[in-house]
Amino acid sequence: MLIRRPTPLVDRDVTDRRLYLGRREFLRNSAWTLAGTATAASALAACGPSEEASAARESVSARVRPLTDVRPAPPRFRVDDPVTDRTDATSYNNFYELGLGKEDPAENADRLKTEPWSVVVDGEVGRPGRIPLEDLLKPHPLEERIYRLRCVEAWSMVIPWIGIPLADVLARFEPTSKAKYVAFETLLDRENLPGQRRNVLDWPYREGLRIDEAMHPLSLLAVGMYGETLPPQNGAPLRLVVPWKYGFKSIKSIVRIRLQETEPMTSWNESAPNEYGFYANVNPKVSHPRWSQAKERRIGSWSKRPTLPFNGYEEQVASLYTGMNLRKQF
Amino acid sequence: MKLGGRSARWLVAGIGLIPFAALCVAAATGSLGADPPEKILHETGEWALRTLILSLAITPVRRWTGLSGLAPHRRTFGLLAYFYASLHFSSYLVFDLGLDWGELGHSIAERPYITVGFATWLMLTPLALTSTRRAIRRWGRRWTVLHRLAYGAVCGAVIHFLWSVKADPTEPLIYGGLAALLLAARWRPRRRNRTGRKNKTCATLRRPSRDPGQDPA
Repeated sequence: MLIRRPTPLVDRDVTDRRLYLGRREFLRNSAWTLAGTATAASALAACGPSEEASAARESVSARVRPLTDVRPAPPRFRVDDPVTDRTDATSYNNFYELGLGKEDPAENADRLKTEPWSVVVDGEVGRPGRIPLEDLLKPHPLEERIYRLRCVEAWSMVIPWIGIPLADVLARFEPTSKAKYVAFETLLDRENLPGQRRNVLDWPYREGLRIDEAMHPLSLLAVGMYGETLPPQNGAPLRLVVPWKYGFKSIKSIVRIRLQETEPMTSWNESAPNEYGFYANVNPKVSHPRWSQAKERRIGSWSKRPTLPFNGYEEQVASLYTGMNLRKQF
Repeated sequence: MKLGGRSARWLVAGIGLIPFAALCVAAATGSLGADPPEKILHETGEWALRTLILSLAITPVRRWTGLSGLAPHRRTFGLLAYFYASLHFSSYLVFDLGLDWGELGHSIAERPYITVGFATWLMLTPLALTSTRRAIRRWGRRWTVLHRLAYGAVCGAVIHFLWSVKADPTEPLIYGGLAALLLAARWRPRRRNRTGRKNKTCATLRRPSRDPGQDPA
């Protein structure tokens, strides 16, 4: 049996009586300091972009390379509005695969692996197959187009895209007469893409167009912006740009293009059919159930401006929808 | 420093205004990100909800810990909540609606999450206006009843947040859970006393308070 001798107590082991009596005061003061520090820290962290975001912004250049041999598109593909600041366009993104917050995609940009990249083109085409990105692009000259981008959330940007007309690419695969719709799919990579670990949408992200919309000269397959390749947060290495539709139609990081006879199911339409339609044409007269679409905030401005029908491309695309009730088929 | 003393109250108010100061600094230095109005709208809304929840946490925490000195901070948090809610509402009015009052009426009538948000702000208004000691003394028991509007306001704020998100309801649900906990902490099953008469009020909640500023609820 072990009998431990008590350690003799010395003066310094005994708490000073004054401190002892003041223990509650001490606890209270500590609690205040702690609460204050925590609130202040969280407040400062919550306001303004985080350090990571600023760092991510600076490193955009590290993830892109300049694109050469780009010709400017004809004037009808270039709006006159001032182009959005590149920093804003690469740090304020909806790309849920890389996170739900607007600044998350820039922060998580490294999680999207874009090399090597290939695209499956299949369905109602004469020459289906998987094609490496370089081969998909090779036959087509790159052109720069300046388009308005109108998000369904009522903000907008003006982006100098670099890409090739979707129609030219689709034609190479020889669509059959049964090809009535085009379905697109984003990369599915649950291991690396943080957003795909949460079921906010049914992954992979899917979008679609009617074949005449896809073949319209405005529909662009983009590989770059601002003179360089696409940064991951903007949908590298290959994305769709359909400027007369809300931004969510312009699917990012495409790995599959499928031509088919039936209307494809699309992610947002599936998730909230009363809020996001298959067509999703920009229409100031048809409100989102929760907010008006009559106005938009151009990023870089504090006030709102009126939204234009078909995002200002009415003259070019309205004929695609003659006879349709755009209130019902929104 | 006394827990409920004057300096403690000022300290809490000062800390509570840090998010506002941070927003002002960020706005002045142009570091609010790509969409400053959206950032301001979101931050003020979220701080309104946080401070409102804190104001509702005071009474239960006081009861659990016996720290009666916490009581005066309930008003501070409540007033902070009204301050942030008013900023939130004003920024919506200015930035999103461009001071278009017709559009405001339309939004309140047509869009449920705006209806609920506006109702929440309305509920907080009389609470802020009657937060003075004089009002408490003058209104007596009716003051207590009136200030139960805070329960409605926190429910409204959570619903407003929940209905405004696009895809991911996690954050509003966390606040909703906190609010539900704080409301549940106030609930006591109704007991009948010996005479069989319904005991309308809960003894612990209705205990007359010595200091009007520490009125429980």
